[in-house]
This record gives sequence, C-alpha cells and structure tokens, in this order.
Amino acid sequence: MIVARLALQSLWSRWLTAILTVAAISFSVMLFLGVEKVRDGARSSFSNTISGTDLIVGSRAGSIQLLLYSVFRIGNATANITWESFEDIKSRPEVAWTIPISLGDSHRGFRVMGTTGDYFEFYQYRRHKKLTFQSGHPFEDIFDAVLGSDVADTLGYQLGDPIIVSHGLGTLGLSKHDDKPFRVAGILNKTGTPLDRTVHVSLEAIEAIHLDWQGGARIPGRSISAGQVRRLKLQPRSITAALIGTKSKLRIFSLQRFVNTYREEPLTAILPGVALQELWQLMGTAEIALTAVSAMVVVTALLGMITMILTNLNERRREMAILRSVGAGPRTIFSLLMTEAGILTTIAVLVGCILLYAGLFAVQSTIDAKYGLFIEIDPPAFRELAILAGIIVTGFVAGLLPALRAYRMSLSDGMMIRN
Amino acid sequence: MIFTPAKTNLPSMDGETGSISVPSPVVEFENVGFGWPGKKSFVIKVAAFSLFKGEKVLLLGPSGSGKSTLLSLLCAIVLPDRGRITVLETSLTTLSSSARDRFRAEHFGIIFQMFNLLPYGSVMDNVLLPLSFAHQRRMRSSQNAGMENDARTILDRLGLEPEEIGASRANQLSVGQQQRVAVARALIGSPEIIVADEPTSALDRDHQRLFLGFLFEQISTSNATLIMVSHDDTLSSEFDRVIRIDEVLCPDNEEMRMEKMG
Repeated sequence: MIVARLALQSLWSRWLTAILTVAAISFSVMLFLGVEKVRDGARSSFSNTISGTDLIVGSRAGSIQLLLYSVFRIGNATANITWESFEDIKSRPEVAWTIPISLGDSHRGFRVMGTTGDYFEFYQYRRHKKLTFQSGHPFEDIFDAVLGSDVADTLGYQLGDPIIVSHGLGTLGLSKHDDKPFRVAGILNKTGTPLDRTVHVSLEAIEAIHLDWQGGARIPGRSISAGQVRRLKLQPRSITAALIGTKSKLRIFSLQRFVNTYREEPLTAILPGVALQELWQLMGTAEIALTAVSAMVVVTALLGMITMILTNLNERRREMAILRSVGAGPRTIFSLLMTEAGILTTIAVLVGCILLYAGLFAVQSTIDAKYGLFIEIDPPAFRELAILAGIIVTGFVAGLLPALRAYRMSLSDGMMIRN
Repeated sequence: MIFTPAKTNLPSMDGETGSISVPSPVVEFENVGFGWPGKKSFVIKVAAFSLFKGEKVLLLGPSGSGKSTLLSLLCAIVLPDRGRITVLETSLTTLSSSARDRFRAEHFGIIFQMFNLLPYGSVMDNVLLPLSFAHQRRMRSSQNAGMENDARTILDRLGLEPEEIGASRANQLSVGQQQRVAVARALIGSPEIIVADEPTSALDRDHQRLFLGFLFEQISTSNATLIMVSHDDTLSSEFDRVIRIDEVLCPDNEEMRMEKMG
C-alpha cells in the first residue's frame, strides 16, 4: 500500500518526463490506430465504389481490366458490345435493371461517359446510396450533361455552361466535337468514387456526336448539325459495358453463365465485389507498408519510454537503495519498474484512443466531403484491441530492462547511497 | 581479538552459582572474506568480529577503508565469499536471497549518512515504509496503539512535531530533521539491530550531539544493539565500545588482493 503510494509519488515527482513519454506513446498509438482506420476506410470506400450492381458485362477481358475501365475509368476496353447483345441480355428474365455505358471521349482530361437516365436511378455506391444532385437534374435534352462534383469544382462549371467534348482521351491535340456543344444540366453530390471525375451524357448524344465521324476523324463533306440530329432516331450501335441488377441474388450465377457462354459475341460478366477484392489485393503491399511504418512508430515510442526510465534510474539509485535497506527484495524493485512502464503504456494507450476518436469525430465529415473517404467511427475491432493489448504487454515487458539494471545497481551499491 | 562486554548491559548473572554466563553475540563474523563482484581491487577479510546485545559500538575508520562493505555484509545485502556471518543465531549464508531481504527488514534498522528518505513521500509514509516488508515489526508496532500512533510517538520522542511534519514531504525538512525521521524509521517496530553509516557527518557539531542524544535514548528504550560507523573519533566517549576498522580487518588484505589479481 505504502510502497504503491510511494511509487506513484515517485512517478509524479518526475511528471514532466512522464507526461512527455505518455504523449509520445499516445501519439504513436493514435497514429497506428488512425492508419488502421484510414486503411479500413480506404478499403471500404474502395469496395463501396460500386454497390447494388450484381454483374458488369463487357467484351471478353480479364475481370480486373473490365472493372478498371467500367467502374474506375482507367484504361480502355479492347472491344465493344453490340447493341443487339445488350438487348439480348436485357431481355433475360433474371434482369431487373440495366445501365449501359459508353466510354471513349473526354472533356479537358475528364472522362465522358454515355449512359441512360436509369443510371441516376439505379446506380448505387457505399451500401446502397443513390446518386443525388447538388443542383440541376438528369438528362432532359439530348445534349444535356451531368457533371461529377470534382469536374464542376475543378473547372468551375455552373448549370447552363456549355461543354465541348473531345474525341478520345487526353488533354491536348484532340479533335473536338465542337459542332455539337453540351449544356450542364446537373451537378452531382460528391461520392468519393471515380464518378466524381466523370462527365455524364446520354447514349444518344454519344451516338449523335459520332454520326458524321469515322475512325476518329470527321468524314469530310458530311456534317450533320445539332439541329438535324434532334430529328433523327439515334439508336446506339454499340456500348462499352453494362451494369446489371438482377431480380434475385440467387440468379446472378445463371445470368453470369449465360453471358460468359453467349454465342454471338465473346463477352465477360463479372461480379464487381469479387473483382474489387482481387484489385484490392494487388495493393496489399502498400497496406503492409503503411502498417509497418506505424508499427515502427509505436516501437520508437516504446524505446523512448525505456530510455526515459533508464535515464531516471541513475537519479533513482537512492530510492532503490533505500527500498533495499528497508527489506524490499529484487521482486519489489522489479515489479515497481515494470508496473511503472506498464502504467505509463496503459495510460498512453487510453489517451491515444481518446485522441483518435475525438479526432475522428472532429474531421470525419470534412474528410468525407473533401476526399470522399468515409472513415467509420466504430469501436476498435478485435484485431485493433489485440494490437492495443499487445502494446500494453510490450510496455510491461519493456520495463524488464530497467528493472534488471536497477536490480544489478542495487546489488553493487550495497550499503552505499549514491546520488 | 579480545572482547570486553558492554558496561551498561552486563550479561545476566546467574544467581544460583554466581558465575557469569557467556553472552551470546547478536552478530558474529568468522573467517569472513569478501570481494565485490567485478572489482578485484577491493577485498576485505575479517577473522572475527562480534556485537553483543544492547551495546552501542562505534566503528572508526577513514573513508574507503571497508566500513561500508562490512555493514553491507552485516545487513546481508551481500554474502561473504567465504566464512560465516551469524546474526541473531541465523547463519546468513543459509538464507535464500528473498529470505535475506525479509530478515533484513525484520531485524535491522538502517540509517544512512544522508538522503535517507524518499524525498517525494510524506514523513509518515517514510517512517512506516519498513513495516510493509517486516511482518513481526508490523505486529509489534500495531500493538503500540496502532502503527500511525506508534510512528507519531517515536517522532515526538525524537523532538519532532508529528502533527506538524507528519504529512509534509520529506524533502521539505531540514537535514537534521530528516536524519531524525530516518532514526524513527529505523526504530519503528523495534528491530534488534540498528546500523548507522556516518549518520552525523552531514550535521554540525551541535546537531551531532543533539542527534546522538535522541538516538541513544531511543535505542536504550527499545533495548536494541547499535553499530555506528564514523571517521570522527570525537564521538568516541559516547559509546560503550570503540573499534578501529584496522583492528577488524586482517592485515593480509593486501596479499589477498594480489592473489586475486594474479
């Protein structure tokens, strides 16, 4: 009792170094947990890029490639799907809804995606969240464009602004569809997905701007004005990919089999969740690197604590000699120093958790709005708890080194008190 | 070495026969040899050295002469490399390391030169500290109207105001007060042997006299044995017996050191 009280008073008499040590460890714990949270957030944001879609259909390709161009707007499709094949799939009994998409054009570095009004109705991200409009509305006119929030922010577009779409991808030297300008009809809210960096137009408009084109250039002498286009029936000849929702999850696989064995044309149907998982695994090393860095920070902080205790030990030789003289055994000396290290680490872990959660509460919405990274505020997962427990245990064990040294010093000091 | 029993505490007389019974020593060193581990140069050898119950002994010697090592051996902080040390009829070498710690807690009150107290602890906690490690001393102290009251009584007898200083931090006291608190800590629970390692060297003359007065008075009350180490022979007259360190240590220390180094 008295020994415990004296140990606490001893620690308190060194409050400045103790507080600095606790601060160092708690910051490292906060960083470590924070990295875990961000990692989880990134992973779920990533896998939440697309939600509610049961299958993605494209021309025959690897699943990651199909996912990359259809969802992440990275890379290109090697071939298109004919409209007839799309109609075939659409008419299957398993299908509840379809979103055809057509890619290939761009606007000042942002991808232009042709789609239908169904897109705004059925497309979901982050656990069945639907797209919402910051302003404006979905396609009404054939040359209406709906912008992702990043596009509008970066280029400073307002509703009603004209947009000229370039043929192909990139920013420079592209031929422009400048005879048929679009008008900004709607701007979407931020989603934190590649959709924010996409210009959405109708499939018909994609068809219309390419009517008088062939092989990436205008057909000389043939020009159809925007006015004339409106009078034509614009039936797309092909699309790049299609997102499909089924009526029942149980029928996803039969539909997938149908698509993969489709005879008219080589097609691939992928389960987006599975493909996302595969893609995330490719980034596994980055995850490990991140964890490794934060683990090293924790180790550094614990080393700092050992240094602190060892440094103080010289000043505490008197304390140890007095305790030995009144009959405290090596066990008492050991447990004193180990408990001190353990208490410091435990306090630090608690403070680190409090700091982290306070921080999360403070910046969660800002991070979500600004970076589209949604970090869930949930109690620490089992894995995180295990890590925290591990840090506390390490803290106690870290006290072993100073304890051993104190024990040896108290033996060699004998009856002499050094100060 | 021939030992003369203490003047004040003569061994008991056997009324029937009239013969003096041989006093049993409280502390007895027999052919003890010791060298600090890792330090080959400092080796002490003690052929015979004893302390008897109730006597107050002054061990005189210059600093660095091996007095503190002798005390370390006596208090079982270190064990001799050879020979026997018997304290209160217990051979220290037979005790396990933790048993020695308990033994020290039960039977020794130790007062250092200075820095006796844990500076951040209260005076009361400092005085009561040894009782955490010594069961019998705790029992004895509790029987004296409770441990805290016991501590207050002792502080009071040492000329300290327990109500005034009991709760204050040890490092707020003057050096003289701190030394007296150290005496209270050594005395609480009445251990048999009080060991004092130059307890007065940090005090001026007047305070030395005052301190020794308090110390002797309390030791007589509890009937303990005192061994005090000093380099200052002006205090000699106050003690029952004065031993010079070179009378205790064997002259062949030098040879032993040569042997060990060779």
